[in-house]
Amino acid sequence: MAWVNAIIQGILTGGLYALFACGLSLMFGVMKVVNLAHGDLAVIAGYIAIGVITVTHVPVLWSVVIVVPVMAVLGYVLQRTLIQSSLDRGVLTTLIVTFGLSVVIENGLLQFFTANSRGIGAEMTLVTGSFKIGSQIEIAYLLLLIFAVAVAVLLGLQYFLSRSKYGRLIRAVADDKEAAQLAGADYRHVFGIAAGVAFGTVALGGIAFGMYSNLDPTTGTDTILLFAFAAVVIGGLGSLWGTLLGGVVLGVAQQIGAQINISDELLAGYIVFLVVLVLRPQGLISRRAQP
Amino acid sequence: MTEPQASQPQETGTPLLEVRDLVVHHGQLRALDAISLTVLPGEVYAIIGANGAGKSTLLRTIAGLHRPTSGSVIFDGRDVSAVRPERRATQGIVMVPEGRRLFGSLSVEENLKVGATYARQGPWNIERVYEMFAWMRERRNQLTAQLSGGEQQSVAIGRALVSNPRVLLLDELSLGLAPVVVQRIYGMLPQILETGLTVLLVEQDVSQALRVASRIQCLLEGRTTLEGSPADVTADQVEAAYFGLTGAASASPADDRSEA
Repeated sequence: MAWVNAIIQGILTGGLYALFACGLSLMFGVMKVVNLAHGDLAVIAGYIAIGVITVTHVPVLWSVVIVVPVMAVLGYVLQRTLIQSSLDRGVLTTLIVTFGLSVVIENGLLQFFTANSRGIGAEMTLVTGSFKIGSQIEIAYLLLLIFAVAVAVLLGLQYFLSRSKYGRLIRAVADDKEAAQLAGADYRHVFGIAAGVAFGTVALGGIAFGMYSNLDPTTGTDTILLFAFAAVVIGGLGSLWGTLLGGVVLGVAQQIGAQINISDELLAGYIVFLVVLVLRPQGLISRRAQP
Repeated sequence: MTEPQASQPQETGTPLLEVRDLVVHHGQLRALDAISLTVLPGEVYAIIGANGAGKSTLLRTIAGLHRPTSGSVIFDGRDVSAVRPERRATQGIVMVPEGRRLFGSLSVEENLKVGATYARQGPWNIERVYEMFAWMRERRNQLTAQLSGGEQQSVAIGRALVSNPRVLLLDELSLGLAPVVVQRIYGMLPQILETGLTVLLVEQDVSQALRVASRIQCLLEGRTTLEGSPADVTADQVEAAYFGLTGAASASPADDRSEA
């Protein structure tokens, strides 16, 4: 039963990882930008949520209503300015620029908010509560909620990309941005919208992680970005549902590793990551090859 | 530079599109050297020339995808030389690019919808494209990669038409297509012109261009070698201008002389 419990916990944690990963995957799929500041942006979102809750005393979950739009706007603005101007100088430049952004954010957070770790809404029953199935399996309300949110986000993204006007434009621009220009679409604007959506999802990831665990200025790179990368690579680059599958595989591997030896949790996740990279570098769900 | 041609009857109208002394460089290479042309409303103007003559560069510069070194593109009386390609498209300069360039992960209908997103007001819509290309409606949910070359070209034309262009730029429609298919696609041109469009096309297939155009211009290595209406130019003149043989209207160097 302990093993079954480990697998269930792993699957649920996978939802959290998918929230980290889907924005990273979207930005790479559309703009070919590998956003190395992705995790730090999640931490910023978490800190903003803490600030909003402290100042306005709104319920924790309501902070989402404020933080997600704020991060989406930040995503649009960052894409139209910093990231676009680095893209114009070549894809490699975006790596350096987003790496620099990551360093700046981390050190800025250290400077202004110290290295102390903070949690979001730690006193809530939602954060601490759980229910039992049998004697061995204990499911936390929070993890279940995060998993449900991840599934809802992916469904929403899929609907947005396949049905809406801007979703269609995002896919068109990802295919051929010059042809999109000839159809009258300003690809920079479309890139901005894609980045806004990606930042919105990572804001959810940051808040979820702040409730599930603790945030400190280095969480962004040493946890969120790494897990996001692992989930994207395991699931398959550019595949939306692949991020959930990748997140679940990573989560289950970690939980099974922890079951064997508590100190092997991270190691087990990275071993699976490396095995997938060697045996199936295109990921478990590979995107349809395009002409 | 160019042999004087008999004056055209349309030449009294105000031009819809004008290119003045256009010079375009690809790096060091001078791809276009002082090209000028005037396209009148409602006409079909064809640019012919061999591979590498600068035809596509000319069309891409008019669409805004290349920045000219000097010279200007004037559309409906306004200088659009500094206007971005997407703004030119919404103002009515719409190009069907060489090689179709459809959105590969989008269905036929989605490709058309992207074309219609920023459309001007006008006679064209997706329904009308379906009426013109009867097969398209049934296959609207297919990915464009599953279509034949001719079908893809039709979708590319449809995608351009639904944005209701004033001038339609057609870049090498015949490229990679069987002659029968090329005939069929050019056979659609009257239906398109009926709606008041103006067409500027680039074509390697000279006989096709001569058949549909009201005026032609021949390019060779970025320069104009012949200009006139198909009725006024002889086959020899076209051949000489196309290949750069002297003795015709061309100003090409004397050492090019062969069997002209």
